[in-house]
Amino acid sequence: MSSQIKPGYARPLDLKQGRVELAHGGGGRAMVQLVAELFARHLGNDLLAQGNDGAVLPEPGGRLVVATDSHVVSPLFFPGGDIGCLAVHGTVNDVAVMGGEPRYIAAGFILEEGFPLADLARIVASMAAAARRAGVKLVAGDTKVVERGKGDGVFITTTGVGVLPPGLALSGDCARPGDVVFLSGPIGEHGMAILSVRENLGFDAPILSDTAPLNGLTAAMLASGAHLRLMRDPTRGGLAATLNEIAQQSGVGIHIDETAIPIRPAVAAGCELLGLDPLNLANEGRLVAVCAPEDADRLLAAMRTHPLGAEAALIGEVVADKQRFVQMRTRFGGRRMVDWLAGEQLPRIC
Amino acid sequence: MKYVDEFRDGALAQGLARAIAQAVKPGRVYRFMEFCGGHTHAIARYGVPDLLPANVHLIHGPGCPVCVLPIGRIDQAIRLALAEKVILCTYADTLRVPASGGMTLLRARARGADVRMVYAVSDALAIARANPTREVVFFAIGFETTTPPTAVAIRTAAAEGLANFSVLCCHVLTPPAILSILDAPAVRGLGGVRLDGFIGPAHVSTVIGSRPYEYFAEEYRKPVVIAGFEPLDVMQAILMLVRQVNAGRAEVENEFTRAVTRDGNTKAQALVAEVFELRKTFEWRGLGTVPYSALKIRAAYAQFDAEQRFALSYTPVADNKACECGAILRGVRRPTDCKLFGTVCTPDTPMGSCMVSSEGACAAHYTYGRHQDITVVA
Repeated sequence: MSSQIKPGYARPLDLKQGRVELAHGGGGRAMVQLVAELFARHLGNDLLAQGNDGAVLPEPGGRLVVATDSHVVSPLFFPGGDIGCLAVHGTVNDVAVMGGEPRYIAAGFILEEGFPLADLARIVASMAAAARRAGVKLVAGDTKVVERGKGDGVFITTTGVGVLPPGLALSGDCARPGDVVFLSGPIGEHGMAILSVRENLGFDAPILSDTAPLNGLTAAMLASGAHLRLMRDPTRGGLAATLNEIAQQSGVGIHIDETAIPIRPAVAAGCELLGLDPLNLANEGRLVAVCAPEDADRLLAAMRTHPLGAEAALIGEVVADKQRFVQMRTRFGGRRMVDWLAGEQLPRIC
Repeated sequence: MKYVDEFRDGALAQGLARAIAQAVKPGRVYRFMEFCGGHTHAIARYGVPDLLPANVHLIHGPGCPVCVLPIGRIDQAIRLALAEKVILCTYADTLRVPASGGMTLLRARARGADVRMVYAVSDALAIARANPTREVVFFAIGFETTTPPTAVAIRTAAAEGLANFSVLCCHVLTPPAILSILDAPAVRGLGGVRLDGFIGPAHVSTVIGSRPYEYFAEEYRKPVVIAGFEPLDVMQAILMLVRQVNAGRAEVENEFTRAVTRDGNTKAQALVAEVFELRKTFEWRGLGTVPYSALKIRAAYAQFDAEQRFALSYTPVADNKACECGAILRGVRRPTDCKLFGTVCTPDTPMGSCMVSSEGACAAHYTYGRHQDITVVA
């Protein structure tokens, strides 16, 4: 009589009803199965398939730029995106605005016991789609599981690696008086999308997060040959924080014009309703660029040829100011400071 | 944005600016107090002073609900949250107001208190329904605008028999505060501050109407122009005030006719009167103890009164000696007159209440206007 035992058989993961269990982070067969049937299924590639403790990458052919970003957004799924694509875009964009061509990402997952596997599969599939769109490979990953109540579903940390073109040196301290300041598109959509789905704050018309990979846009900007001083993505703290960072780092002032800053009516209306300043709202698919004044037209034209820069605008200029103030000419005709956000406007936005 | 952008139109603002510049008499100074924090915020955010002649001065008033909350009241809320372990619900800025011993409601939360920010009192009711085994207290602050919703919440809780819900009532009233400023020695000339008129509250006036201000215009000979919270409303109100002053008139005029009537919202007034009654006295930050200036919950609704339910006593606590919030709230000092302003007291680390809320005079000036204090060397 032959044995009923099927050597090497394991019941497949129940991706419909199943939930994350402590065993999925325990280092045993359950963890291997989760990696194989869920993570590798969506994110697999030749480098990840090496299956070692670390990925061995080919000779990059240039200086490397590395960025890392942890994602704790609540809710995990929001209009226009989810924590999966956000975790890819966040890191890709940090590499891209440094002028790097993003190539690889590594991801660490902290999962909460009891989290539905179906939701995890959606998140991982979304990461895979985002990585394909951005042209990056996930080459290393890690999964830990914490007890129920000790996490909030999923936290994802990603690290991105990109390659810098020879000679390029973008940096936050490079803005000079006379330089011009560009914004790639309308502000506040990510922050308002998150707000709109939070408890008791539903809007009738959905506002979608702008989460998107910026490396296509930055490549087009670099290819224009314009003399770029720096690029930066205005995420938490919004445009206001990013401009203040630049002013601080470069030791300059920045003057912007409110009427030049693109903003969708729905975002403006949401801010009005909630008493928020759109300049403080987070963006996940926008960038600020500072460039030499003589190249302004060339850079703007290059930005507008890319879909993510179609609404790009020149919003202001860099001035000499020992106080390093960011000031704005208001729509109303007055002038005011644009300051850092004090405290927190929204909890857990990215 | 329809019906909003129209009130922020730059071209219309220039027109009004010209009209104000033509109306003012070069020889005199016009000093107007905007009572409301909503106006303070709009003035700073849109850069209204840049459009005014140098002899028109705007003085910030005490109409910022968070700013006038005395330390003793925040202490009560913190005690409820930490010692009584209630779920304490309140509006956002209240969480950051400094209380005794360097505490705030936010710091209490970091120490384990269950403090929740709500956008409306109805959210607090929902939290009470969802947590029947927990005591839920709504820390109610604000002027006449936020009072009717609190009245509705208390009536709703009574109708539903929501036994775990109560309110720490710190609602205050606008007219007694204006009276207190007009009666303060500083305003009457002893301390040097002169007021030529008031920009009257927008949202408060939708509830109480314009009638309550008639007394100030008549008795104190101070013109009042009730104005909306948009920057063009403010500019128009300033023009109307300048014209009154020039003509020697002291009347209540209503610039905000799209929302304010003489009698106000009588339905809301009736609701408030059913649930609340006047406190004999109430401590304000800045104004001190002001008679009949705040509301308490009527005996019929005593079970929803957190002060009674938790047998809370009130202990007044003096502000930091160097903090000028009191004088700033009375319009006697400007934010930049305070030694703490922009040094140890900033919106990130507020010492006084005026630096907490975006409607506070200090926070508004720090956030939007401090470039005016420094000569920028180009």
